[in-house]
Amino acid sequence: MVIKYFSWIKEHIGKSEELIELPDNVNNISELINYLNNLNDDYKKVFVKKDLIKIAVNKTYCSVETKISNNDEVAFFPPVTGG
Amino acid sequence: MDKKTTIRVKIKIQYEDFDVSEETKILRENETGAIVNFVGVVRGFDERNNSLIDSMTLEHYPGMTELEIEKIVKQSCERWSISGVTVIHRIGKLLPSDQIVFVGVSSKHRQNAFYSCNFIMDWLKTKAPFWKVEENNNQKKWVDYNLSDDEATKKWVV
Repeated sequence: MVIKYFSWIKEHIGKSEELIELPDNVNNISELINYLNNLNDDYKKVFVKKDLIKIAVNKTYCSVETKISNNDEVAFFPPVTGG
Repeated sequence: MDKKTTIRVKIKIQYEDFDVSEETKILRENETGAIVNFVGVVRGFDERNNSLIDSMTLEHYPGMTELEIEKIVKQSCERWSISGVTVIHRIGKLLPSDQIVFVGVSSKHRQNAFYSCNFIMDWLKTKAPFWKVEENNNQKKWVDYNLSDDEATKKWVV
């Protein structure tokens, strides 16, 4: 699975993109966040601010309950500030 | 004869500046009686933090940005009778007074163009994945989202 990060989230995690192999017990966004939080504290520091994080799966807004698989592209980013 | 007209839609994300008079000319080529243009400009002063801005850099999520703007434009076309829409959003480093965004809408009558332009801008501000970082004295600060932008979209919910 491809995971993309933008804005301050990208800076906190230290990368704009990464490839991961989803473990069998990770089936939705909420479980993915738990999995990432267990990798290291950089993720924890980001995902603790969950109210400030938007999620997209395959370039469409979604929620933490959205189901995911290894073929998906997931993105985490803050509320948008364009225009 | 079938008089069904197609709506001309142009959506571009680009580093380069845009020429409002050129874009207006393109919108005028359609069967139109009214054009409403909005141009967003970089402010040299951050009102919320009471600080000056040397420059601003915009990043976006390629692919999703275009998809989100397409959805907004489609909704607008379903809601109002319009003949053309152009949305241009710049990315990269910009300076105070630089143009950031252009939304131009043409229609046979002005009210549809006014409503549609306003609708597209309100939703673009809250849905299109762009992020601004402000630079001042070699310090950078990611711009916080503005709750009033969310409030602005409520008037379109029916």
